[in-house]
Amino acid sequence: MAETNDTKKTEMVHLKINNIPVEVPAGTMVLAAAQKIGIDIPHLCYHPDQAIKAKCRICSVEVKGSRKLSASCTTVVWEGMEVFTDTQLVRDTQVGILQLIMADHDKDCLTCPRNNHCELQTLCARFNIQMPNLPDVTKMRTTENTNPAIVRHPSKCIKCGRCFRVCKDVQGVEALTFAGRSSDMIVTTPYNLPLEKTDCTFCGQCSLVCPTGAIVEKDDTQVVLDALQNPEKHVIVQVAPAVRVALGDAFGYEGGAIVTGQMVTALKMLGFDKVFDTNFSADLTIMEEGAELLQRIEKGGKMPMLTSCSPGWINFIEKHYPSLLPHLSTAKSPMSMFGAVAKTYYPKQSGVPVKNIFTVAIMPCTAKKFEAARPEMGRDGMRDVDAVLTTREFIKLIRYVGLSFKDLPESQFDSPLGTGSGAGAIFGATGGVMEAALRTVYEKVTGKEAKPLEFNDVRGFAGVKEATYDLGVRKVKVAVCHTLLNARKMMDRLEKGECDYDFIEVMACPGGCIGGGGQPYDTTNEIRKKRIASLYEIDKSLPYRKSHENPDIITLYKDFLGEPLSDTAHHLLHTTYHQVHKLYEFK
Amino acid sequence: MGNEVKFITKNFGKYDPMSIDSYLSIGGFAGLKRAMAMDGEDIASLLAEAKVKGRGGAAYDMGRKWSQSRAVKAPHKLVICNADEGETCTFKDRELIKNDPFNLIEAITICGYTVNAQDGYIYLREEYRHLRPLLLNAIKQAEERNLLGDNIQNTGFGFHIHLYSGAGAYVCGEGTALIRSIEGKAGRPRKKPPFMKVSGLFALPTCVNNVESFSIVPHLLMDDEREYVSYGSGESLGTKLVSVGGNVRRPGVYEIPFGTTVRDIIYDLAQGIPGGQSLRLIQFGGASGKVSDGRILDTPYTYDDLKAAGVTVGSGSVLVVDSRTSVLDFLRMTQEFFSEESCGQCTPCREGNLHIKLILEKMARGEATQADIRDMKKFATIMSISSLCGLGESAQNALLSAMKIFPKIFEIGGAA
Amino acid sequence: MRFVYMGGILMATENAPEFVITDELAQKIDRVLDEHERDATQIVGVLLDVQDLIEQKYVPQPVAFYIAQKLPIKVSVIYDCLTFYNALSDRPRAKYPVQICRSVACKVNDSDTLFETVKDVLGVQPGEVTYDGRFTIEEVPCFGACDVAPAVRINGKVYGHLDTPDKIRAMLAEFM
Repeated sequence: MAETNDTKKTEMVHLKINNIPVEVPAGTMVLAAAQKIGIDIPHLCYHPDQAIKAKCRICSVEVKGSRKLSASCTTVVWEGMEVFTDTQLVRDTQVGILQLIMADHDKDCLTCPRNNHCELQTLCARFNIQMPNLPDVTKMRTTENTNPAIVRHPSKCIKCGRCFRVCKDVQGVEALTFAGRSSDMIVTTPYNLPLEKTDCTFCGQCSLVCPTGAIVEKDDTQVVLDALQNPEKHVIVQVAPAVRVALGDAFGYEGGAIVTGQMVTALKMLGFDKVFDTNFSADLTIMEEGAELLQRIEKGGKMPMLTSCSPGWINFIEKHYPSLLPHLSTAKSPMSMFGAVAKTYYPKQSGVPVKNIFTVAIMPCTAKKFEAARPEMGRDGMRDVDAVLTTREFIKLIRYVGLSFKDLPESQFDSPLGTGSGAGAIFGATGGVMEAALRTVYEKVTGKEAKPLEFNDVRGFAGVKEATYDLGVRKVKVAVCHTLLNARKMMDRLEKGECDYDFIEVMACPGGCIGGGGQPYDTTNEIRKKRIASLYEIDKSLPYRKSHENPDIITLYKDFLGEPLSDTAHHLLHTTYHQVHKLYEFK
Repeated sequence: MGNEVKFITKNFGKYDPMSIDSYLSIGGFAGLKRAMAMDGEDIASLLAEAKVKGRGGAAYDMGRKWSQSRAVKAPHKLVICNADEGETCTFKDRELIKNDPFNLIEAITICGYTVNAQDGYIYLREEYRHLRPLLLNAIKQAEERNLLGDNIQNTGFGFHIHLYSGAGAYVCGEGTALIRSIEGKAGRPRKKPPFMKVSGLFALPTCVNNVESFSIVPHLLMDDEREYVSYGSGESLGTKLVSVGGNVRRPGVYEIPFGTTVRDIIYDLAQGIPGGQSLRLIQFGGASGKVSDGRILDTPYTYDDLKAAGVTVGSGSVLVVDSRTSVLDFLRMTQEFFSEESCGQCTPCREGNLHIKLILEKMARGEATQADIRDMKKFATIMSISSLCGLGESAQNALLSAMKIFPKIFEIGGAA
Repeated sequence: MRFVYMGGILMATENAPEFVITDELAQKIDRVLDEHERDATQIVGVLLDVQDLIEQKYVPQPVAFYIAQKLPIKVSVIYDCLTFYNALSDRPRAKYPVQICRSVACKVNDSDTLFETVKDVLGVQPGEVTYDGRFTIEEVPCFGACDVAPAVRINGKVYGHLDTPDKIRAMLAEFM
């Protein structure tokens, strides 16, 4: 047998759940074993991508022979185990715990941003929760909404700890902490400081995993609805590559479904005057960033060069590694490049006066709201991107106007900022920016197309990837990392001079933008992987797969920008970074 | 007649707790020297044969614990001495540290030898911070005499003891909360498994024992006359330190042979209730312990007899409450304690303690309905079967046992 | 967060002057850190010792950030510890926090009289601070002095058998 590895059997364990026999691999938790036979044991603190917390206790079940109930999220199956998920005691406990949570929860469900999409609400509906006797003990705490990206409603927090875990374990930031104890225990920031004064990067991963409305993105849907109703405004929209492979989740599609066509139709039906594609400006980013990389290599600039597309990452390095800022590519992100072009080139090209143009960006990201508000991202007191909506807010808009998304016909992006190459499409996946850049840089340096065009070494979900490519005249050594915890490790190495790379791609969120903090709820690493696969599928299906071959990009340079890194390009498409001073700095 | 014995406390008053010479002069560290000539498994067996049970509250068989810890193979293993006695009316460990710190250091080192650990940690509750100098001195002097540190007495066995301070949190008496506190975090318990013996402090195999449990060991090793096992009977051999407090004339720590009756402890050793008051209730084993009334007085103080009578040894405290305090007021005081001391991370304990407190207050105002009582019992039960750690599981022991012992208090006329 | 006392009640306000770390205090904190081997796992002990250095027995926000930078440790961990542990505080207390045991063994020995007398003598309620910043009353769980109940604890020292108002007044007079 040649395939011993593939056929190697994991030890299987046999148990009964509600008298139904189940066979699962050893080490499986009861919660997962029950899912296998179609029983959804209620859970709140449990999250498939996080360490087991076992705090909410609502997944408690009876295990034969045990004096107490067992939390099914943390109870490993054993041979001959007998589990009961539906006894009177289990039901009383689960309902009782829900009642306890609800008695300490701001119950303005009807006006809550999570209304109808709240895990707590879903459980209450499932268990037909009544609140007979318990007094309401909710402590009304002030809503924190002093930054452009994230809003915290502490009175809606159920202390499940998911936000804390993602901030600490995935991002290594720890802007959030538990504080206090007993019924006064809360999740907050150190000394209750507003998020912008903490180590927070606005990556929004906390808002993605929160089961309730305690941490949400700042809602800008009304701003956009108002602009769309304003007859003076010519409202144009750009959509990030990661949105089209995530949006379908909310409308009954399988995870990772590609819904580009319906998405464009929905935007047109919402009333946007033009529907453009961030993939276009992703190509533009490659033109500038690629040229910058070559310039740094040739002229002995600061190396390695770091990518600059991910705003959570930019916030992170500005706060934590200011001495490394010269490594950052000065190229703006695709969103901001689009904004700059939309407020300069597009008015000339379309004849619409710039003061009437309102630009909206639909992004998988909460930190993009912060990026768009940066003073560098605009001119003459005008923002280049007037409003940023997360994928989740976009979903709300689609529901708002009552579109039956699944039934929508497909349509195409508008011209002239609506064509993107395959290289632009894969920006949404970890390693995608690197691959897109390599496709162009390889060809610029060697004069021929890379074969194969896929740079498989920089693909995949590994936290840190590295590869070396031979460009003939020289080799380039590259690294790709995602999540801020991995970024921190990489920057620590860089500080110590242990990074002999030429180019490093950093994405703040797990999996890259497809796993961004503004993506639909229930985004898990499983779904992230499907979205990544879909982006590569889009790439393969497109007529142009290299940024420099994008005809709209060629036209833009010919008609407007001149060459990459030209004065105009520099003025519009590049930016500067600043150290963000800590609240206290001691010598 | 209740008689005090001196086995665990035999060194009390016999030497200067600040002087190792003084301790050596009464035979100190002989236990360690004897232990280091023995096989670790034999030391564990010695404890098992004497049926020594953990004195922190869980009463886990100590010989078994040491033997299990010993069986875990790892290059770096740890021992923890839990000196965070936070149960109300429990102050025996305070006396052991104050009067006999060297014996404790010796005992922890013996444990280290037995389970093949390299480092020991003492977690001393903040409330006993005044005992820090005693322990630091004992550690330092033992190191100076090579009775602690690298290559102890040229045996090749090295062991270091570190002293950590708590900062006022009852829950840190729970093993996993305690290790988080030593790791430099808020002391919120974690789920088990992994169990401490496999992955405890700093994710290393860890053997945790209470101060009193440790303190027995050196004496037991030198007990050639088999004095210890001559006390008590059955599963409850030897002696026990009890902390008696509340409404008694002579509150204090008494070392009793197992089998002494509760009456002898309260009315003889502690000299009974002052001021002509009568007995209302007795709480055994700290705030998390169960209660009984006068019916338990003639019960012998043993693990099995107390259990049969509906209470447990727990931390070894005997809290006497006289008739001036009502059962309801007592329960409110106890509930107040848990409402403050819950770590807050798991739902049943965080929210349950709050609501039970509110219902008890409602009862005190005379406003509680039958539905409130039902809710109270329901949530007390939910807490005890579904909480994350021992605190939540045991917080309602007093209430649930009082509901059995004093059912009339919970009868409220009229339907809800 | 900055604090100011208004009529004995602690108010958090941005207008209050920020706590200033003097060079002398910084040196003392550095010494505490050295004593704890600059070991982040010893943060609880560090905070207890640092708190003792500060007149009002708490860890002000700038001090927390100072320790966080010097150890180093995340300031969120420090804040969690300060708010979790009873003996630590993120807000000003007093030079003499009078800790009154509110557990059963003291309560059944009439710690209510003790409590009322202390409130009466100091003229403040629990959580409030006397006008001169010297005293505050804190209700704490059992500190293991049940054999001398009812008892109070002030800066680590236990005062027991406080069963008459006279004894209580005499005990407090020591600090006046």
